[in-house]
Amino acid sequence: MSFPFYVNPEQMTQDKAEFARKGIARGKSIVTLEFAGGVLMIAENPLQLQKLGEIYDRVAFAGVGKFSEFDRLRKIGVQWADTEGYRFSRDDVRGKALANVYSQLLGEEFTRSPKPFEVEIVIAECGDDSLSGHENNAIYKVGFDGTIQDQKGFCAIGGSVDSLTNHLESNYSDGLDLGATLRLGRETLQRAENGTSDLPPESLEVAILDRSGRGRRFRRLSHEEMASHLG
Amino acid sequence: MRFWDGYKGSSFMELLDAECPSLRPNIHHWFAEVGQLPETAHGTTCVSMIFSDGALVAADRLATMGHQVASREIEKVYATDAHSLMAIAGAAGPAIEMARLIGVQFEHREKIEGEPLELEGKANTLGQMIRQNLPAAMQGLAVVPLFAGFDLRRRIGRVWKYEITGGRYEEAEFDSVGSGSIFARESLKKSFKTNATREEAIAIAIEALTDAADEDRATGGVDLHRGIYPRVKMCKADGIEEVGDEEIAQVYQTIMSNRRHPGE
Repeated sequence: MSFPFYVNPEQMTQDKAEFARKGIARGKSIVTLEFAGGVLMIAENPLQLQKLGEIYDRVAFAGVGKFSEFDRLRKIGVQWADTEGYRFSRDDVRGKALANVYSQLLGEEFTRSPKPFEVEIVIAECGDDSLSGHENNAIYKVGFDGTIQDQKGFCAIGGSVDSLTNHLESNYSDGLDLGATLRLGRETLQRAENGTSDLPPESLEVAILDRSGRGRRFRRLSHEEMASHLG
Repeated sequence: MRFWDGYKGSSFMELLDAECPSLRPNIHHWFAEVGQLPETAHGTTCVSMIFSDGALVAADRLATMGHQVASREIEKVYATDAHSLMAIAGAAGPAIEMARLIGVQFEHREKIEGEPLELEGKANTLGQMIRQNLPAAMQGLAVVPLFAGFDLRRRIGRVWKYEITGGRYEEAEFDSVGSGSIFARESLKKSFKTNATREEAIAIAIEALTDAADEDRATGGVDLHRGIYPRVKMCKADGIEEVGDEEIAQVYQTIMSNRRHPGE
């Protein structure tokens, strides 16, 4: 009969966290911004494999880190949302509940599995003025260990988060229009230490949750539409 | 719901079967326990046809329960996504649930894979659902829909009809299902024209439903007294269009005034 070696939980947690942080820091960043027309998500991503995704009518997903891991999380979110909406109603599918599902899932995996997830995700929700109590936008950031943060106005994930957040803190204001928000988003991404300093529309992936729409509000911006706003 | 080690495919129906079977009850198992089901609501006549801009689907608003009216304003034409429509005839309860489920199925697959299903893929999915319903259909809960959509690759409207075994048949021009379908089809046969304009297509569909309502007691037709009009929806390149009641009322007035005898 063999006994498992004793491992100091503090040491193990620190090691896992360090490992996860390293993995995430290597990846490019994603910025999420509230604006007058809803919520905008912008990523440096010239490739076909998408980092932003539609979850439900008013809920969107963004993930950084290991693609296979955050894309599986995105799909789990779609499964959860569609089941919840089918079981109850479309208005019952809320960003906060989904962020909690992710928080539980990532928290459990961090404790249990030998290799933690190297991901950081954002759940964004746009408000709907026609539904009393659902008027506000919401942004939730969920970390590799399940830590969940409720963010107001803007949020950055991925490598060089600190410098991006600093830039947003000094430049973000409420009620910007789509064009100004897109320009601020690109400007912020261009400041990332591990990013590219000049980002044309072809290097960007942008999606919005459009408050003024009905039903499914998630919409990707085409390169032409981005170019018309970026000038 | 299991997550990490759960279902990994792109089908919402299979997801429910694997993770939430209680949301996909096998209703035919109930028959073993209750024997005969009580009378349930049935939808009546639907028509669909191809026209110059795409495909049109129309249906009256009456649901019957035996010889009684179950609802005068039931919805039988459902947008299953941005470019497809489904009209239901047969047992209203399972049919409405089927329309809701298939809407989620299309949306789920589009979100998971990042690409919507092709129109033919959607038509096949509906066939599989109807086949799954066969045991219930044998007990009187048949669902016989029409499916229509705009094929974004071929840039044309297409329509399909189904039988209770799930067999699907693509129609080149038009078709009708439901209790008044014999009369609607006879009407369509005479008034249908290829490449009809939007306005012509609406008139042809309303005329067919009016003929069906004239001859079949279970088909609603136009109820001028209550202001209830058939539902007409179209799938075109730019999405779904629902025709307003005022326009349908005008079309109906024209049809009726053309039918009046000279002596009146």
